[in-house]
Amino acid sequence: MTQAYDTLIIGAGMSGLAAGIRLAYYDQSVAIVERHKTIGGLNSFYRTGGRDYDVGLHAVTNFTPKGAKKGPLSRLLRQLRFQWEDFALAPQNQSRIAFPGVSLAFSNDIMLLEAEIARCFPDQVQAFANLRSQVLEYDDLDQAAFEISTRKVLGQIFSDPLLIDMILCPLMWYGNARQHDMDWGQFCIMFRSIFLEGFARPLRGVRLILKHLVKKFRSLGGQLLLRHGVQEIVRDGDQAVGVILDDGREIQAKRILSSAGWVETQRLMGQSEVAVQQEAGQLTFIETITTLDCMPAKLGMEDTIVFYNDSERFDWRPPQDGLCDVRTGVVCSPNNYLYADDQQLSDGVVRITSIADFERWRSLDEAAYRREKLRWYDLSADSAVRFVPEFRHHAIDTDMFTPTTIKRFTWHDNGAVYGAPQKRLDGRTQLENVFVCGTDQGFVGIVGAIISGISIANQHCLK
Amino acid sequence: MAPEEIREVIIEILGDIAPDEDLGSLDDAVAFREQLELDSMDFLDIVMELRKRYRVQIPEEEYGQLASMDSTVSYLTPKMAEIAK
Repeated sequence: MTQAYDTLIIGAGMSGLAAGIRLAYYDQSVAIVERHKTIGGLNSFYRTGGRDYDVGLHAVTNFTPKGAKKGPLSRLLRQLRFQWEDFALAPQNQSRIAFPGVSLAFSNDIMLLEAEIARCFPDQVQAFANLRSQVLEYDDLDQAAFEISTRKVLGQIFSDPLLIDMILCPLMWYGNARQHDMDWGQFCIMFRSIFLEGFARPLRGVRLILKHLVKKFRSLGGQLLLRHGVQEIVRDGDQAVGVILDDGREIQAKRILSSAGWVETQRLMGQSEVAVQQEAGQLTFIETITTLDCMPAKLGMEDTIVFYNDSERFDWRPPQDGLCDVRTGVVCSPNNYLYADDQQLSDGVVRITSIADFERWRSLDEAAYRREKLRWYDLSADSAVRFVPEFRHHAIDTDMFTPTTIKRFTWHDNGAVYGAPQKRLDGRTQLENVFVCGTDQGFVGIVGAIISGISIANQHCLK
Repeated sequence: MAPEEIREVIIEILGDIAPDEDLGSLDDAVAFREQLELDSMDFLDIVMELRKRYRVQIPEEEYGQLASMDSTVSYLTPKMAEIAK
């Protein structure tokens, strides 16, 4: 047994690192324990076959240009004492929502989406303006308003169900843990971060952001303990007193901030497996990453991100049968950003994401797993090339992850990317000094995760 | 610390918290919120920076005293009288 840390943080993803920086900056003794051998959590990176890959990053949302004083990006830069230049964010070209026969382009300037709606849905222009003002009025931290049904609200604003589904498609893809419907609060957060702010990416990908976070955390005296998985949160009455690690060692702490996820943290606090599994999120994905022998633009692929759906109704839920549901998906090219000085990645890359079923992927034996990966690589690409140019004849390398890959490296139940459906805005748990941050606190994406870590650290660990 | 030194300290802290703000034209009688893009997280940082730099403790129910430069300086003057700059 060693000294007790002021705060012990579980998980070295974006939110855990950001919280760690805040606490270490204000002189707390802080340790971050991470089970994986590297940092990043759901937004990590890896190297295979001589190539660097980002795990999840398509785009950093919430992009605002240098000098903007409002919005989550400028708030996080101020709170963590970073310069705008540190994240080296390059804005997107433009993106698209593609449904059968209708396609809406959008960019980091909301005027483009407005013009597109006027072109394709002329009688919905006023409704879209009404939606914008309702989104702006929404108060972030009101739990009751957060859980209103978005489909109900949109049904009152718009008379065209196709436009409702087209607006929902990218927002659900980038951060909705609920099935079919979406919490109104989550919708407002996503609408602002994607349509009113926008997409950007550092040339070097998620590595650059993580490198800055970890460097700052360590320079402030924070301790990062990789390969340190937490087995159990040790309690004394209503208080946590520390954790027991996978190898049986104990670490004491005055408070614990967990970014392991809501249900995963409940399990660490001794909740029954039945109760835990009832609350776990179900939405998970496969993603294929294809390296090309040319830039995607040469094949006519100039959009940054295309959100497609092949039917008039957009069905956001786990596959009803089969390993994946490829009727809807996301195609993203990290090449298609406006990088400074015309810099570019060394290879062309196309990433395709499809909805998947964790349990069916998990139950495959090794040989079947490998076979199904190959099969679904093609099925998801077949579906995507109805909306973007064919690219496979230029492939020089491919990689792919499945729900079981996500589970293996992040320990999130069901490989759920956006956590449990029920969000915990105030981060509190049944123990007085244990709090959750990260995706289950309600903010998603890289900027959202960082803001989550900051705000939970501020509210519960600093004052 | 004298009131004018406390004012300098606050300007320094504001400069660190919000480096993009023009603090030269700050009106001491008017609330920070009305002149600068500061949210509640930034206000917490003023409190935390004072604690970190000078060990000044400000209870949460008194955060309201930090609304403007004038109110901040008069609130801090007795608390920081014995502290050297």
